[in-house]
Amino acid sequence: MNEKDFLLRMEGISKAFPGVQALDGVDFEATAGEVVALLGENGAGKSTLMKILCGAYRKDSGRIFLQGQQVEIENPHHAQQLGIAIIYQEFNLTPNQSAAANIFISREPRVKGLGRLLNMVDRRRMEQEAQVYLDRVGARVPSTALVRDLSVAQQQMVEVAKALAVDARIIIMDEPTSALGEDEVETLFRIIGTLKEHGIAVIFITHRLEEVFRIADRVVVLRDGRRVGGMNISEATPEKVINMMVGRELKDMFHKEQAEIGPPLMEVRGLTRRGVVENVSFTLRRGEILGMAGLVGAGRTETARLIFGVDRMDAGEIWLDGKRVYISSPVDAVKAGIGFVPEDRGTQGLVLKLPVQENIVLPTLDEHASYGWVNRRRIQSTAREYVNKLNIRTPHLQQKAMFLSGGNQQKVVVAKWLASRPKVLIMDEPTRGIDVGAKAEVHALMSQLARDGMGIIMISSELPEILGMSDRILVMAEGRVAAILDRAEATQEKIMSYASGEIANATAGGFTV
Amino acid sequence: MSAVKDTARARAWRSIIGRQEFGVALILLVMGAFLSLYTDTFLTSTNIFNILRAFSWIAISAFGQCMVIITCGVDLSVGSVMGLSGLICAMLLVRGVNVVVSVLAGLLTGLFVGWLNGMMITRGRLPPFIATLGTLLMARGLCNGLTGGWPVRDLPQAFRNLGQYDIPIAGVGVPLPLVFMLIFALCTSFFLSRTVWGYRIYALGGNETATALSGINTNRVKLMVYSLCGFLTAIGGVLMTARLGVAAPTAAQGYELDVIAAAVVGGTSFSGGEGTILGVLIGAAIMQVLRNGLVLMGVSAYWLQAVQGLVIVVAIMLDQLRKRG
Repeated sequence: MNEKDFLLRMEGISKAFPGVQALDGVDFEATAGEVVALLGENGAGKSTLMKILCGAYRKDSGRIFLQGQQVEIENPHHAQQLGIAIIYQEFNLTPNQSAAANIFISREPRVKGLGRLLNMVDRRRMEQEAQVYLDRVGARVPSTALVRDLSVAQQQMVEVAKALAVDARIIIMDEPTSALGEDEVETLFRIIGTLKEHGIAVIFITHRLEEVFRIADRVVVLRDGRRVGGMNISEATPEKVINMMVGRELKDMFHKEQAEIGPPLMEVRGLTRRGVVENVSFTLRRGEILGMAGLVGAGRTETARLIFGVDRMDAGEIWLDGKRVYISSPVDAVKAGIGFVPEDRGTQGLVLKLPVQENIVLPTLDEHASYGWVNRRRIQSTAREYVNKLNIRTPHLQQKAMFLSGGNQQKVVVAKWLASRPKVLIMDEPTRGIDVGAKAEVHALMSQLARDGMGIIMISSELPEILGMSDRILVMAEGRVAAILDRAEATQEKIMSYASGEIANATAGGFTV
Repeated sequence: MSAVKDTARARAWRSIIGRQEFGVALILLVMGAFLSLYTDTFLTSTNIFNILRAFSWIAISAFGQCMVIITCGVDLSVGSVMGLSGLICAMLLVRGVNVVVSVLAGLLTGLFVGWLNGMMITRGRLPPFIATLGTLLMARGLCNGLTGGWPVRDLPQAFRNLGQYDIPIAGVGVPLPLVFMLIFALCTSFFLSRTVWGYRIYALGGNETATALSGINTNRVKLMVYSLCGFLTAIGGVLMTARLGVAAPTAAQGYELDVIAAAVVGGTSFSGGEGTILGVLIGAAIMQVLRNGLVLMGVSAYWLQAVQGLVIVVAIMLDQLRKRG
């Protein structure tokens, strides 16, 4: 192909953040009417590359060509003018305005005549034109509807319509299916088909391989900030793609040490929260790591939140050490001996403004005080103990948590629960977004905790992690327990077929890597 | 041990300069130095004590406000609560009720309004701005309604002494309100920095979700913070009434802005999780020195608010720069 055939070409793009080379000389290209899947593990650089393309970040070096013309993308507004639109996982819509107002945001048509002077918006024309775009993406949504009244899928359609309205020739979709149900995914794929027919290049970021093989024309794989491969879909196989992404054999990544599985520790019976979690029952034994697998939205985090008392259960019982415990708030859960490492350490796990040591003792403040007065020496010694034990890299204990790297932040969250010596530790995506080294450390720590007799529930969307670390695997689908598998009998295919219900025989499964 | 290393002295220095009190203390010193040189009257013990006495009740209320703002909230009702608690106290006094009982009744009034704020915010899920705007109006309305708009006069001397007595120490008369202010500054400062509650207040303000997920009852913390703010404000109100010797239904009207200004100039952050009592003390002092200084310099009182507004904005902008720098 010669230069002109590429709608977009990015050449040798590099970008560094303090302490990380996020992108290192990455090439990327897309032609008109093509769907390119951009793949890679967390932290591989996919988002950074796309943010550079849509003007959210400035590149350190490299060149970008649009239809053979070199461009310097200054900012998001400039990217939009160049015909580049991005649809983030978190939509950029104003919920209290109509779909039409969102589609024409900042470019509202003005009335003619005298009102023009007052900058009055021509609402009728805006709504009519918005309707045209909505119809084009097949959204059965009136343009006058308020965004907050629309379903997630419909909101996504509004986003696509918005991209069409600005005449985008390149549309980037960041994990567009993660929040959608199956029917909605089908609709989205139809829309993507329509976009292709209109000669629009779609860049599709996803973790679900199955989708890649369904709709992508080409895949590009990044790893640790470099491009490690690109090929037409006809040449690709799931195994090939996975190998490129991880760059190593899956088996080598996890070192689960065998722990002695003891007597039952926690029993959950008939846990229900209407519409979210239905009749979930399982037993957790001493020294056991119970993996919780399932697609996004299957109810895993919601189950954890019920056990920890964050949300109210409609029905169900929790038994700890043979005694029934009543948990209606996290206060009760902590008292009962349960710890919870939430999925998002920045917003749920840590008080970023506070020093490392105060984060570590937060759940156990009472133990570090007498008659309400805190004993600062005791706080320090506890903090130091866990900083050393978990090898948390921080210049000193007073360092604010926000200045630590992701892996070290995660270790602080784990530390704060270890300091409370829980019987049961629930870990929601314990290694999401942390580097490979820190990941291994967290895994080693989990093994050791299990050996010390703790029961661990590990929610993970990374199947290799589930398979590598769990003694048993609880698979959830649509709020229910779909299966509980022993380590020996579990395979990726089995887990995926249970997790996805009827897509039982999908070649690669819809799993995430 | 390699994970924890840093020389103690370097850290001590950085922690002094890096503290946000350092900046505002500097501003206060510069203002003081300028006024001492420019006017003959600023640096006299009478004037200094006047300043200290004049901002003592604002400062005491601001200690409570500081805690509230640390939790990402705000208490707009403090001006009205000052007025109401002073008024309740005064109304009992003129009916011949014992001073101790009257003062306690005044303090309980403040505590109750603060508790009400806390209940509306936690149980009623009202935004702090709305809940305390409501109590601002209710408490002020109560002041007007109870008195029919007339001030309560002729308060007993025993009570007025609370605000007017000067304790002779080393030849100078130290105003009693100043002593109260220092005592409460120490108490609240220790409360915030050394007690479990204080740690929880900072944690809650820094990240409410994470704090709740750490097994801390965040509603209880908030309820306590608003109650304390009401209580401290009532102390300020009673002292103010004792000093003035009269309880007007309009007393302390608009003081909520002075109180909030003292807290934010002192470095309490509206985004939560940050602020210290020492900072608030300095912030309150800056605002009062400003008021006093302009008068001494012969600037018309009509200009006062404009200058105050400017100082607030500049102080906070400097603080933002410090954080980014």
